[in-house]
Amino acid sequence: MSDAAANPALEAAASAAPVGAQASIGQIFLEFLLIGATSFGGVVPYLRGSLVTKRNWLDDKEFVEMLSISQSLPGLNATNMAVLVGEKLHGALGSIAAIVGICLPGAVLIYIVGIFYRIHGDHIWITAALKGVAAAAVGLILSTVVGLSKKSLAGKADFVFIALTVIAVNRLHQSVPRTLIAVGLLAILFHRPRNKQKESAAQ
Amino acid sequence: MNQIPALVRVFAYLSLLTVGGGMAAFPEMKILTVEVHKWLTFPQLIHLYSVGQMAPGPNMMMIVAIGQWAGGILGALAVLVAFFGPTALLAFLVARLWKKLERWPWRTSIQQGLAPVSIGLLLAGCFTMAKGAIFGVETASIAVGVLLILLQYKINPALLVLGGAVVGVISFMPK
Repeated sequence: MSDAAANPALEAAASAAPVGAQASIGQIFLEFLLIGATSFGGVVPYLRGSLVTKRNWLDDKEFVEMLSISQSLPGLNATNMAVLVGEKLHGALGSIAAIVGICLPGAVLIYIVGIFYRIHGDHIWITAALKGVAAAAVGLILSTVVGLSKKSLAGKADFVFIALTVIAVNRLHQSVPRTLIAVGLLAILFHRPRNKQKESAAQ
Repeated sequence: MNQIPALVRVFAYLSLLTVGGGMAAFPEMKILTVEVHKWLTFPQLIHLYSVGQMAPGPNMMMIVAIGQWAGGILGALAVLVAFFGPTALLAFLVARLWKKLERWPWRTSIQQGLAPVSIGLLLAGCFTMAKGAIFGVETASIAVGVLLILLQYKINPALLVLGGAVVGVISFMPK
């Protein structure tokens, strides 16, 4: 299996059927380590470029499917994707290799940055820069909110659920799990499966 | 005092709140790490999160710095395992189950229902953060500027966060 992957010709032949794609633990670890070290500004596009385009471990349909599972579960998209792809390629060990690989570079970097910040964080240059960085991060999160709303909302009623969630957490100071369960159940019930006749009549 | 058990408890709990992204856990993270355990101040939490946006990899890596401050290298490792372990295990189990549920009609309902709630949690986390990060014309302009640029152009967000640092130095350095 690792021989096949080392040989470009065989790899190309195997890539015709990515559904059955396999990879060694070492390959999985290195590929995710590379993604973890280079994915500045958001992991998802890098994941796609690496796993679908470059390695051919997944096809586009599988990638989108796995991404939608990742988004529905607790956990970050990046680490959930690592677990799902690792599992598909090499079972439990594949998952572990992928998640350790994708986390390692950022974790080491932030470990060092954290120590540096602890010592020099009150330097006037740094506090000035950090005020700008924090404000920019707020803008970045807002753009994610807009992007996700365009992509994943099913109707106008969803804006009510967004508003309820924000009010519960920010105004009523309800805990996140309580809000998640209450508004989540409401929204899931609202989007409950309708029977087919009704659905086709509505269309 | 040994903070490791508390770190593990807090970050394992926060782990399960990250529905739709790490920011969903931010309001609880503020309460637990700043107010309850006093591992860091609110401005420090905001700074770590924001600086983390410039690092590659999963975007909540700033938790490593909190672990390091509270419990050294063991604290950092404990936080990593506690924060990524539970959700990784859940994803692993669901990966096997989800395919079998392909025809289960509630599967789509769950996805459609969780989408607006996770966007709401992201927005709530954003507002919690904005309370500490936006405090005047300069910071508000930076946030709005970044938002508008990202909506208009395809540009790497890490570069804009870096740009925020430059604007910050220009605006807030004592003359």
